[in-house]
Amino acid sequence: MAVEDARPERATDRASWINDPKVRGAFYQILLVLALAWLIWEIIDNTRTNLEQRNMATGWGFLDETAGFGIILNLIQYSEISNYGRALFVGFLNTLLVAGIGVFLATVIGFIVGIARLSKNWVISRIAYVYIEVLRNIPLLLQIFFWYFAVLRAVPGKREMGTIVPGVHLNIAGLRAPAPVFEEGSTPTVIALILAIVISFVIKGWSAKRQAATGQRFPVLWTAIGLIVVLPLIVFLATGMPISISYPEFRDTGPMLMRGFQEGTGFVLIPEFLSLLLALSLYTATFIAEIVRAGILAVSHGQTEASYALGLRPGSTLRLVIIPQAMRVIIPPLTSQYLNLTKNSSLAVAIAYPDLVSVGGTVLNQTGQAIEIIAIWMLVYLSISLLTSAFMNWYNKRMALVER
Amino acid sequence: MTMKIMPLVLGAAVALAATAANAGTLDDVKAKGFVQCGVSQGLPGFSNPDDQGNWTGLDVDYCRALAAAIFNDPSKVKFSPLSAKERFTALQSGEIDVLPRNTTWTMSRDTALGLNFVGVNYYDGQGFMVRKSLGVASALELSGANVCTNTGTTTELNVADYFRSKDMPYQIVAFEKADEVVQAYDAGRCDVYTTDASGLYAQRLKLTNPDEHMVLPEIISKEPLGPVVRQGDDEWFNLAKWVHFAAINAEELGVTSANVDEMKNSETPSVKRLLGTEGEYGKAIGLSNDWAYNVIKHVGNYGEMFERNVGPSTQLGIARGLNALWSKGGLQYAPPVR
Ligand SMILES: N[C@@H](CCC(=O)N[C@@H](CS)C(=O)NCC(=O)O)C(=O)O
Repeated sequence: MAVEDARPERATDRASWINDPKVRGAFYQILLVLALAWLIWEIIDNTRTNLEQRNMATGWGFLDETAGFGIILNLIQYSEISNYGRALFVGFLNTLLVAGIGVFLATVIGFIVGIARLSKNWVISRIAYVYIEVLRNIPLLLQIFFWYFAVLRAVPGKREMGTIVPGVHLNIAGLRAPAPVFEEGSTPTVIALILAIVISFVIKGWSAKRQAATGQRFPVLWTAIGLIVVLPLIVFLATGMPISISYPEFRDTGPMLMRGFQEGTGFVLIPEFLSLLLALSLYTATFIAEIVRAGILAVSHGQTEASYALGLRPGSTLRLVIIPQAMRVIIPPLTSQYLNLTKNSSLAVAIAYPDLVSVGGTVLNQTGQAIEIIAIWMLVYLSISLLTSAFMNWYNKRMALVER
Repeated sequence: MTMKIMPLVLGAAVALAATAANAGTLDDVKAKGFVQCGVSQGLPGFSNPDDQGNWTGLDVDYCRALAAAIFNDPSKVKFSPLSAKERFTALQSGEIDVLPRNTTWTMSRDTALGLNFVGVNYYDGQGFMVRKSLGVASALELSGANVCTNTGTTTELNVADYFRSKDMPYQIVAFEKADEVVQAYDAGRCDVYTTDASGLYAQRLKLTNPDEHMVLPEIISKEPLGPVVRQGDDEWFNLAKWVHFAAINAEELGVTSANVDEMKNSETPSVKRLLGTEGEYGKAIGLSNDWAYNVIKHVGNYGEMFERNVGPSTQLGIARGLNALWSKGGLQYAPPVR
């Protein structure tokens, strides 16, 4: 390079423009773009010709047509007479539901197991080790089938209560628990609860600042718990107790089909959701555990020693010194685990959980509009992934310690 | 840089080739030497592989009949097992040449999906199966039931229509694969298993205790099942239709795999036209004149296929019923060869 640059002007003048690297570069780039454009045009044209030849429907009009099929789990109002667009949205929400709760559970389990794996207690660290090695190495689909088909056969039948603790029941039709029923006039209580939570966070911020400045500590946890319990309770009592509890109602007389838990009583988690959630979070947690372990090990041992020397107990050392530093190493790979979990949730179709891929497949089957459906799938998963990444990057920046 | 362009050019060439390959399924089939046939993932009586991977069934026999007509060899078939949900995409994309997979002829499939139904090789209707212990005698008592079925089927739509029109609440648990439906129903996840009545009899055999289950009397829909091809290839569509019609005509004319050689000497004009001893009918569908002879010789007429696969002497034990010839009180009727 240096030699070329040092050449006198004349040398460049004499050389043919064909040999000019700039011209050549531009030429090839234009060629590449043209080839790409041609390829894309070919694909579009080819598709269009094929669709026309087979008289297949195209366009987005189908989203307004009646879906005609039922969906077992819908977070928004949906019935067979709703349209395809709404059906797809129901599927999308179901994907978000299982992925969201899955990410939360996987993170909690992953952190616990990852820390347990480093425990000085031999038994605990072995258990964590075996858990990680076994679940990480069994294909996820098999685990989903295990939780759905094998475990499903083992739980009590639909017409047995399967009580776990009073009020909470697990049978083949799902997990049932008492549910709060918000009657008229319950809004103030809900607002009070939200307010209490917000105030708790404010107090937390204030106390951290104060501690940093003065060294004085404030019992944040107890204050928060007190606030969150007492404030809504007062409002609840003052407004005449507008929230009641609906217990799962079990019937064991009358026609056989009518026996069992009655729909619309209590709170139900269908087994399709439970199995998928368990499989996804237990599987992903193994990877998160390893990430957490690696993150903790990446923090130099001197930090622990220094912290002990300052008189911090092991628990506080982990919480205040090690984890915050380990987070820098943990967050980037954690993000990709979150994305994996979300994408893996599309295995739902195997056990009748109606996620976006499952519902979309049904719509595709009925309308034949493969291109549109696949475009929706790609767009949705891409958006979820990009949003998750963006959030995690923001969080990463916030967590990153300022190097000193 | 040049190296990077190569794959693109190749890709473009492939895309072009795909356009070219779209024409003439028959030529394609002849060139590759076999018919690629989309079937179920295992439905006894219709399309089911045995331990050695040999497929049998009414739908499978249709594939064999096609191969016999084209190649004079019923073994020149390759099977693609497909779930209900995948089947149309496989046909539309050209992965298979024909789809005889207990598929119901409906208007949207025949039009918007870009498909053509060849005919009806089994007149069916949707039914319900329940455990006897439920003590239910009629589908009208199923209010509040959990219902297991397949996604991507007419079944899941009919069941929605039925419960809604009867104003009965229900909960649908819809699986992609038929085996998963059977497993979930067998495990007790659902009170009811619903699909085509023929399918119920076939799937019941897979349950742990088939005797503990019964099929309810109601048939809630029309399910005319038949082979399907892509739109836009009339030559192949015609051939597929006439192979189906030939088998029905043969039954009507009394031509069987056993007597077809004898029948070649028949003086009855309609038999002569069918077996190709008179006229040039084979030519019109791009085949030799003994195309129907080959079908009957190797696979038999429609009645033989029915008896062999689903008839009273089989495990399924289904009576001809609607599937008897029109001349015997059924619905099976084929236009004449002339
Ligand atoms: N005839 C209906 C239903 C066809 C269907 O897929 N039925 C299921 C249940 S009998 C089946 O064939 N399962 C066999 C399999 O998937 O391998 C349709 O065309 O939509």
